[in-house]
Amino acid sequence: MQMKSSIFSFLVAFTLLNGQNIFAQSDKYAEAMQKNIALLDSAKTTQDFQSVSNSFERIGDAEKTQWLPYYYAGLALTRAGWSDKNLDKDANSTRAQALCDKAETIEKNAEICSVRNMAATQQMLVDPQGRWMSFGQQASSYLQDGLKLDPNNPRLYYLQGMSIFGTPEAYGGGKKNAKPLFEKALALYKTFQVKPLYPNWGEKLSEDMLAQCQ
Amino acid sequence: MKGFLVFVIMFGVRMALEAQTSVNGIVRDSKGHPVPGASISLKNTYDGATSDSSGHFHFTTTEKGEQVLSVSCIGYNPYELKIVIELIARNLPIALHEQLSELKAVTISAGSFAAGDSKRGAILSSLDVATTAGSNADITAALKTLPGAQQVGEQEGLFVRGGAGYEAKQYIDGTLVNNPYYTSVPDIAQRGRFSPFLFKGTVFSTGGYSALYGQALSSVVLLESIDLPEKSEVDASISPLLVGLGTQQLSKDKDFSWGINYNYTNVALYFAAVKQVPDYFHMPQYHTADANFRIKTKNGGMLKYYTTFNHNVLGLRRQDVDSLYLNDAFALTNTNWYNNLSWRELLGNGWKMNLGVSYSTNRDSIMQQVQNAANQPEVFSDSAFWMVFKNFGLTSRQDLTQFKAVFDKKLGGISSFRFGGEYWYAYNRQPFQQNNLDTVFKFSNNFSSLFAETDIFITNDLAAKLGLRYEYSSVIARSDLAPRVSLAYKTGTDAQISVAYGIFYQLPENSQLFYTSNLEFTKATHYIINYQKMSKDRIFRVEAYYKQYQDLVKTVPINYFYSTYNNSGSGYADGLEFFWRDKKTFKNFDYWISYSYLDTKRNYLNYTEQLMPSYATHHTASIVVKRFFTDLKVGVNATYSFATGRPYYNFRLDSANQYYLADQGITKDYQSLNLSAEYVPSIGKKNARTFVVLFASMTNALGYNPVFGYNYTYSGDPDLKQPITLPARRFYFIGCFLSWGVDRSQDAINNNL
Repeated sequence: MQMKSSIFSFLVAFTLLNGQNIFAQSDKYAEAMQKNIALLDSAKTTQDFQSVSNSFERIGDAEKTQWLPYYYAGLALTRAGWSDKNLDKDANSTRAQALCDKAETIEKNAEICSVRNMAATQQMLVDPQGRWMSFGQQASSYLQDGLKLDPNNPRLYYLQGMSIFGTPEAYGGGKKNAKPLFEKALALYKTFQVKPLYPNWGEKLSEDMLAQCQ
Repeated sequence: MKGFLVFVIMFGVRMALEAQTSVNGIVRDSKGHPVPGASISLKNTYDGATSDSSGHFHFTTTEKGEQVLSVSCIGYNPYELKIVIELIARNLPIALHEQLSELKAVTISAGSFAAGDSKRGAILSSLDVATTAGSNADITAALKTLPGAQQVGEQEGLFVRGGAGYEAKQYIDGTLVNNPYYTSVPDIAQRGRFSPFLFKGTVFSTGGYSALYGQALSSVVLLESIDLPEKSEVDASISPLLVGLGTQQLSKDKDFSWGINYNYTNVALYFAAVKQVPDYFHMPQYHTADANFRIKTKNGGMLKYYTTFNHNVLGLRRQDVDSLYLNDAFALTNTNWYNNLSWRELLGNGWKMNLGVSYSTNRDSIMQQVQNAANQPEVFSDSAFWMVFKNFGLTSRQDLTQFKAVFDKKLGGISSFRFGGEYWYAYNRQPFQQNNLDTVFKFSNNFSSLFAETDIFITNDLAAKLGLRYEYSSVIARSDLAPRVSLAYKTGTDAQISVAYGIFYQLPENSQLFYTSNLEFTKATHYIINYQKMSKDRIFRVEAYYKQYQDLVKTVPINYFYSTYNNSGSGYADGLEFFWRDKKTFKNFDYWISYSYLDTKRNYLNYTEQLMPSYATHHTASIVVKRFFTDLKVGVNATYSFATGRPYYNFRLDSANQYYLADQGITKDYQSLNLSAEYVPSIGKKNARTFVVLFASMTNALGYNPVFGYNYTYSGDPDLKQPITLPARRFYFIGCFLSWGVDRSQDAINNNL
């Protein structure tokens, strides 16, 4: 009887612990993602960005069926690309594109296109006159691809607005031409359904840019 | 109770299982330097870290037992290590091997200037070629602003490092171009037949070039045609000198395009406004038509066809050097048809294939006649045989058919091996009429070659290119074996040293082979050392070379009319060249400076001894500046070139039919200032349907009167020699280039606004 009871307890304990483990598994993903998204938002140095990008990639490699970790891994690198003037943009963007490749083997979507657009834009900016025909066109075609997949993605309009904002007025850019794009982006942010762990950036940036366009 | 105990124990075990273990270590490269930013992870877990600036990493894991630690870092080969968490997980020494990367690896730069939009190590872009003042969109003229080329203004061609114009050859997509320039006119330089806008990349090799190419003693210009155009468009050009119309159509899927263009040039209006020294009795007129198609293949390969057809006529009269009242009339009709089909394909497994077929035929009809003041032909008796010599007519036909195949295999990393062969069939026929005598000169030549070359990257910092080329020519029934070697070593982030060595052979010229086939290949051996420092906006190059010429063709005179040839000539060239380009120091201001020092002598053709050839000079320098005013949408360009005087000679035949040097001298220094400007009003206009470029240029703006050499009278009197100079002091060009095309890149965005 005692024997039985101990076996029973053993089984209960085992099941309990394992059950806890099963819950923990999916919670672990969400938890790790949340933690790293927070780290990404607070990252300042290139080292921070690279480190959090590596963490996301590890999650992606372990999960195998989630595109979001790779997306964030790429996004983190493009943030480093925006903030670090001395970074080797070609190497950084090539790496970001490789992460997007990994993400796209799982799912093709507009968010990944926006990371690709930023990676190409950063490479274009290395030598705008010499590279706008190659990387500039590439950046533009990523936006086109993104709009085909989701014409209501506000980040694509924000990025297009940024590209126009940065182009001299004489070349069809400038505040006046960029303004309607930021307005469109903000209108879309109002109705954009935010899902947990999914990308949710750009609204504040669009507001700031629109203010600069006034 | 016992059950509870088991539960507690189990929980304890579980807790122990959950306990975190530390994993740490240091990442170093093969030289022992720490590698920061490497990503370290336990495979199939979330656990891992990024190495810090000293290469150290540290993380904790709840995993147990045997695990795989995977390490990756940009620029290094990925690395995996089996560890046992409890035993082997602390102070892990990780050694990463640097990845050989085309982006970081050294490039062999000795002897070559790359120009292109995407090419690494490019010195000039295609647009640079078009916007170099004085080039007027002629590739050769733009290349003359680079070190190595002489400022020869009275005949076409690139005179590179002591080499004659015919020692430089042009290749399009791998195959030789037989007649790259419009047919020669005495003492007037002709343009190249091909527009720079046809090409996405140009390599100007001033020596030591690859074993894939041959038959050029001093230089090759490798032109790579563009793949698919950016968009469909219709183009038109209007100028007082020319009109043109064309279209380029790109399929919706961007995998196929075709194009067709026609240009007509007639200089009558221009010559009426700008007086020319020669008297043109037939205004130069040029009809040019070209067509192309390009197909992108499934595997990312490319099939390209390009054809161009030229027909031009001109007739001009100049005063005869031997007479005050007689003129020499020269008339030329030229028809040229060029075809090039190339196919490049990825064969998988690291194999690449490049096939090329080309066919060209060039027909010239040339008449030269001594005319009196009434423009009637003047007939001479044999007592004035030197005048009889000046009356002749010839028609010439030069056909060239070529096949070329190159196979390329990637060897681990970025090293590669390539091999291939080519076969040319050349047919040359030249009926020649003089003194009521018809002579038909002709020969055909089966030429074949086999070549192999390998690029070996020992590390990112050290690379070698080894090549060997075998050639056989049926007309002279000779073969040759030409080794080529170059090495490059990176001495710093942007700096490198390259050396090159090679042997180069070239068939004697057609005009010599018409008389005798008892000739050998002419031969040159190149030794080059180059230092280059290249950052994003600045390039500094210095290059020194020594070149040895052997078996150059010598003229063996039989009498005043007739000569034969042998290979007893020889010579050498050495020199030092500098190049500096800077786009950074002054905002929106781009300039380059080149300087060449050349020391060369040769004994060839009718030279009596080792002499500096008449196309060469010791010092040549060019400064090219370009400034684009964004607000005005105007670009302004200037080129200033300077060269010291060139030697000139008068070789005369003595009574024993031997040449002697009757007179010699040095011309005055050469200089030229060229200006050009372009106005691009539609640049950046959103959805502009019409794209306009207005272009204007002035060549030799200072009106300097150069002397390229002298023509001597039959008597050889030095006081009667006539300077060879430009047909007009300045050359002006204005033109309007229009294109109508729809750039759809913004449409999707705008439709959604």
